[in-house]
Amino acid sequence: MDNAARKKKEIQLIAACALSVVIFAVGWFTLRILSAKILLGVVLVLICGTLFFSNDTGRYICKRILLALVTVFIIAAITFFSMNAIPGGPFSKEKAPSAAVQAVLEERFHLNEPIGTQFLLYLEGLLQGNFGISTKTGREISTTIFESFSISAQLGGYAALIAIVLGLCFGSIAALNRAKAADRVIIFFTTLFVAVPSFIMATLLLLVFCLQLGWFPIFSTNNQSYVLPVIALMLSPMSYITRLTKTSMLDVLGQDYIRTARAKGVKERQVIFKHALKNALIPVITYVGPMMAYILTGSMVVETVFTTGGLGTKFVQGISNRDYPMIMGTTIFLATLMVTMTLISDLIYKVVDPRISFD
Amino acid sequence: MSEYNPNQTPVKRPFSLQLDLKKFEPATEAEKAQHETMRESTTFFRDGMRKLFKNPLAVGSMIVLIVILATIIIAPMIVPYTYSGMITVDGKRDKTAKNLPPFTYSKMEQQAIDRGEKIFPHIFGTDELCRDYFIRVIYGARVSLSVGFFASLIVLIIGLLYGSIAGYAGGRTDLIMMRIVDIIYSLPDTLMVILLSVVLDQVLGQSLQGTALASIGTNMLSMFAVFGLLYWVGMARLVRGQILTIKNNEYVLAARAMGARPRRIIRKHILPNCMSVIIISTALQIPSAIFTESFLSFIGLGVQAPMPSLGSLANAARQALQAYPYKLIFPAVGICLIVLSFNLLGDGLRDAFDPKLRK
Repeated sequence: MDNAARKKKEIQLIAACALSVVIFAVGWFTLRILSAKILLGVVLVLICGTLFFSNDTGRYICKRILLALVTVFIIAAITFFSMNAIPGGPFSKEKAPSAAVQAVLEERFHLNEPIGTQFLLYLEGLLQGNFGISTKTGREISTTIFESFSISAQLGGYAALIAIVLGLCFGSIAALNRAKAADRVIIFFTTLFVAVPSFIMATLLLLVFCLQLGWFPIFSTNNQSYVLPVIALMLSPMSYITRLTKTSMLDVLGQDYIRTARAKGVKERQVIFKHALKNALIPVITYVGPMMAYILTGSMVVETVFTTGGLGTKFVQGISNRDYPMIMGTTIFLATLMVTMTLISDLIYKVVDPRISFD
Repeated sequence: MSEYNPNQTPVKRPFSLQLDLKKFEPATEAEKAQHETMRESTTFFRDGMRKLFKNPLAVGSMIVLIVILATIIIAPMIVPYTYSGMITVDGKRDKTAKNLPPFTYSKMEQQAIDRGEKIFPHIFGTDELCRDYFIRVIYGARVSLSVGFFASLIVLIIGLLYGSIAGYAGGRTDLIMMRIVDIIYSLPDTLMVILLSVVLDQVLGQSLQGTALASIGTNMLSMFAVFGLLYWVGMARLVRGQILTIKNNEYVLAARAMGARPRRIIRKHILPNCMSVIIISTALQIPSAIFTESFLSFIGLGVQAPMPSLGSLANAARQALQAYPYKLIFPAVGICLIVLSFNLLGDGLRDAFDPKLRK
């Protein structure tokens, strides 16, 4: 029975490998761009991987990456088709150009093709890092994105790092001083900060520290102070991490192995750092993905308030200008980033704690 | 058992291990009554409410919410101004009432007061278009609260139906339905909300003109549509999980073994057990919907122009932040207070009604 099942699985695997080699060969000659070929190869390898790995972790990783790829594709599809559902084309303005010019423009941007072909062409462009051209500024969107993203990435990176470090510290302090003054103060402030939207926090910080007190200069390109935007971005995730750490820390501190460690005479510092905090970290890992999503969307408003010129500012400008290619490109870029972040945090979680299953 | 008589108690022999009953004295009636720990029988709901009312934070937030609700219902009846119209004195438009600080009168109003007329004070001052700011904040809070409430209602209805169908049906239906949920769940929600708001705003705006729905505003409608399309997945997962675990409980099996009809099982066993979790999660959905609404209003995708919402008021206040900081403070405090109260109330409900936390 067991042998037969194994044999059946082997045959399945060989068939899958053979099939994917054939598909890959066909794809290699039909697909025009290199990155599409590589992507096809990766997808096929992953599909074989879900069949090949008998252990849970390997299968989980393959399935998870596949799901992330499917998600990115769906996001691209939703973005493209919903933007195409908007009435009026990019060249139908009050001052319509002549019919000949219109025809040339449509030819140039493939607007005369059926929508399916247009979508494939758009995907092809995406795979080559080409997001199209902004209808307002006329610049390449990919250049705008990559230029402005460096500012956003710095902001977001600092905010995420500080939020995690401070959140872990405060959470541990609150858990270790349960129901004492330190715990009360920390919980009071974290409850407060969770309830303040990031744009309100940003505007309040700007009002108090820039305009009223004048401690920080107003953000401009030659005078970059990241302090206030980072604070505005990190307060809410930090509060969330603090609460998460506190709960999981309290949970861990009540476990038997902590009592055993203490009974064996392990130093208190070692108990906390080596035994308790290490295990209390696990639920925090799952929050890292959603936190990056929060910070990326939060940076839109925070950057708008502080006018940092980052990707968030550009995105909000695109929305208010109704610059559809810009909105499309930025949405797909940010969404891919968020999906990747969630994927990474899920994979780390699975590796750290193999008990969870994919269902 | 005979009556207690101190003279009849057996005498303790020296060096025996016998208890010396002389040292004991009979319990008084009051002491006997203390041992009667019979509580009056309570229902799950009444017990939960008792716990809820013992929680000072939950009670405090309930009071705050009731006060806010009462204010936004009653204030428009008392205050003689409208959210969209200029302030008028004796039927004439008062152009001097621009950007007044709280509790001050414009020149025209001052003249009217000097003539002996009574003029209702501008509690929060006026804005740059000579409109009473207090009534605008009140209407903003109305819009924000109703968006939060209706969005949560939509999420509740769709999620409850979808989740319970998937949970009851089980098998392949469940598998397919849950894969759809997985994919929607992995989409980055804020980005999709922005995208769909941009698109629906344009698409609905064309088709709605002239109908009754146009007065609500396309942005509001698209916001509800977005909530109906995206945010229900969390609720659906929750409901399905609840139904699956409850369905396999021993007491359901026992009820079935005793010949209970499915209707009775659903009404008596499944619904009461998952209702608490659903109510808690709906209560926590409201602040997140208010957050999303204010975020969208802030980046210019919120409610239609003359209609205020707390987010759009805060956004408008940024234009003259240094000169009129109070214009930011009022809506900001409004949002924070509402969100904070709902968060605390939700936490209190969870502590009171979640059976898993029962000790």
